[in-house]
Amino acid sequence: MLAKVLSLVTRAIPLAIPLLYGSTGEIVTEKSGHLNLGIPGIMYIGAISGVAGAFLYEQSCGNNIENMNAVLAILIPLLACIAGSVLIGLLYSFLTVTLKANQNVTGLAITTFGVGVGNFFGGTLIKLVDTEVTSISLANTSHFYKYSFPFVDKLGWFGDLFLSYDFLTYVAIIIAIITGIILNRTRVGLNLRSVGENPATADAAGINVIKYRYVATCIGAGIAGLGGLQYIMAYADGSWSNDAFGDRGWMAIALVIFALWKPSMAILGSFLFGALCNANNYFTGYGVQAQELFKMLPYIVTIVVLIITSMRKKREHQPPESLGINYFREER
Amino acid sequence: MTNQPAIELKNITKKFGKVIANKNVNLTANRGEILSILGENGSGKTTLMNMISGIYYPDEGSIYIDGKEAVITSPKDAFDYKIGMIHQHFKLVDVFSAAENVVLGINKGAYDLNKSTAQIMEICDKYGFELDPVKKIYTMSVSEKQTVEIIKVLYRGADILILDEPTAVLTPQETEKLFAVLRRMRDAGKCIIIITHKLHEVLSLSDKVAVLRKGEYVGTVNTCETTESELTEMMVGEKIELNIHRSEPVSDETRLSVKGITCKDRQGIVVLDDISFDVKAGEIFGIAGIAGSGQRELLEAIAGLQKLTSGEIIYNNPKTGNMDNLRDKTPVQIRELGVRLSFVPEDRLGMGLVGNMDIVDNMMLRSYSKGHSVFLQRKKPKDLANKIIHDLGVVTPGASTPVRRLSGGNVQKVLVGREIAAAPTVLMVAYPVRGLDINSSYMIYNMLNQQKETGVAVIFVGEDLDVLLELCDRIMVIGSGRVAGTVDARTASKEEIGLLMTKSRKETEGE
Repeated sequence: MLAKVLSLVTRAIPLAIPLLYGSTGEIVTEKSGHLNLGIPGIMYIGAISGVAGAFLYEQSCGNNIENMNAVLAILIPLLACIAGSVLIGLLYSFLTVTLKANQNVTGLAITTFGVGVGNFFGGTLIKLVDTEVTSISLANTSHFYKYSFPFVDKLGWFGDLFLSYDFLTYVAIIIAIITGIILNRTRVGLNLRSVGENPATADAAGINVIKYRYVATCIGAGIAGLGGLQYIMAYADGSWSNDAFGDRGWMAIALVIFALWKPSMAILGSFLFGALCNANNYFTGYGVQAQELFKMLPYIVTIVVLIITSMRKKREHQPPESLGINYFREER
Repeated sequence: MTNQPAIELKNITKKFGKVIANKNVNLTANRGEILSILGENGSGKTTLMNMISGIYYPDEGSIYIDGKEAVITSPKDAFDYKIGMIHQHFKLVDVFSAAENVVLGINKGAYDLNKSTAQIMEICDKYGFELDPVKKIYTMSVSEKQTVEIIKVLYRGADILILDEPTAVLTPQETEKLFAVLRRMRDAGKCIIIITHKLHEVLSLSDKVAVLRKGEYVGTVNTCETTESELTEMMVGEKIELNIHRSEPVSDETRLSVKGITCKDRQGIVVLDDISFDVKAGEIFGIAGIAGSGQRELLEAIAGLQKLTSGEIIYNNPKTGNMDNLRDKTPVQIRELGVRLSFVPEDRLGMGLVGNMDIVDNMMLRSYSKGHSVFLQRKKPKDLANKIIHDLGVVTPGASTPVRRLSGGNVQKVLVGREIAAAPTVLMVAYPVRGLDINSSYMIYNMLNQQKETGVAVIFVGEDLDVLLELCDRIMVIGSGRVAGTVDARTASKEEIGLLMTKSRKETEGE
């Protein structure tokens, strides 16, 4: 029994963490009133930027793990990933905040763009390596990313359950917790929420709506991008192949609704989603076609939660009131 | 400090595209004084105040504060000059508590809601407000929200307060409370500017009155030296009659007969309880009562928009002579019979008009089913739109302007004008003059009277008892969804109605 629970959790969490990054990022963005549907694309960009950084560093070290510095091996992909995704967040903010483009259309365009860019550079890197396989392996970098506590083995099930993950897993949870604290307990959070709820009010209160929207969208994009990197380095053992990241970005957005725009709920929600994503591995023996049905579970749960939350109609559980609406100051 | 000029405007001009909102306005407001800014709809009162509070920036002219020229480019600048504006549409975040709204945007000191709450309570005690700082805005009444708005600016240390139509949504008692607070603030040396069009409030509250007309500054007078008719003349630019001509009802025929209707809301609470009354053709039937007593539900029930649990609504069809029970009919069928609902809710655009559509298209909302081809025929609606603009004096750049761009009073004129144009047999209006200036109000009253004279049964839900008594033939008072009594408007007194209103309220409170 214990073994079963253990395997359930330890398999669910690696699937959960990219979603948690994505939805924490999206929550930060949505709290500013911007519905960034570009998150799936931004996660691709984050992943490929990190992959490119790692690839170049590995190349410069002659593909030999002996020559690699642990700090650099982690920092270079990490910074590349953040830079890439923040840049796209900046592009999205520029289009929607400054140029007032429609948020849905812009977001969808960014997703299409991001997936395309990811696959384009992914393909290029694969070509550079010139192998017969259609993926690129960064196992050396991944090794540094997956480095875990040395004493875990001695702690039995406790170690397996809590301490056996890569460091980005813990970072994701810490970021989510900190985000929750900032949103609910600080002045910056209060200001940010007011910008998303009622920008005209925030503006009248002297809050710089444009600045908050830019910063929130860029930080959100940066956090989401890390999800892409974590997926490659930890879950996929450092191997990139085109389209492998799949539709996890969309699930992250669904998770935001599931979590009722609360980062703490997003942590629990992502674990649940991770477990549900894994469900098809537990219900075997129903044939290949049934596998696809089990993969539907996270989406069905999202829809059920949506229905339940909209039935309860509690105001605190609603999306930010001006979500998806651009702010024009002079409009009457 | 007192009676020194706190704020002076010199030659302020502001344009929105082709529309000139303010032209060469000069104005002075002193400390320790309440200044009223009076003007018709679209005369630029709010625009002018928005420039002081940093929402808009003037195209020409300058603002002086305490004798020094001030450049106010953002609301933050206005705070720095200790200017606080209480907008007509509250600028509050609904899901935040009162205290969170009050501290929003302040960057000084540590973020400590408990400390702020204590300070808020201090302000409440000082000026006599009643407020629960942890209450969420969306659960508050309009008057409570207004209190939050005022405390918000006081908390920031504002000593120049601008209030935009603060009494438009308040009951008489709440208005009195507000005025008491404002007087106390004036006595504490603050400069208070209040935008209004209610003459008796101007006269009872303010020390000075500044009048605007079509964006231009007409003049400032001392309240104690002026009269209601002088102010009206300054505001409108000509002498106008402030009398409602009430004719005798033309017939004795009952047009609509409501028999014992009961109706529950979505939570299952009874909102209408066994209401019965008759409305005759060619009379104005007034409905009075404290806001939220079931007026809205009653009108909606007649229009077929509310499900009744019991009772019936009998319509005496003048064309066929049949007695139709409206309960069996759909809203569209009821409208076809000539029963028109011109409901003017608090949010004027909420029901009846589509903000983003222009006046012509809004006319078509009611007549689209009359078309017989695939394509829209815009000729007739366009003529109607132009007729309403001309007849009712709607201030708009043209018939193709989106309704949302018009000022509140003009929106109401478009809405009422459209319903009247449909030649109804029963016309229902609720609060048709809410937020309107005198001239427009009387225009609407006259329109209703004309309808009455042509034999239309008019149901008028109003809040101003003086107007109800002057305009209506009979007045039914409702309280908590029940009929408290019906009086003859020609003989009844204001006190009599007030007593009925409070009686029904006490009964419910006693339950």
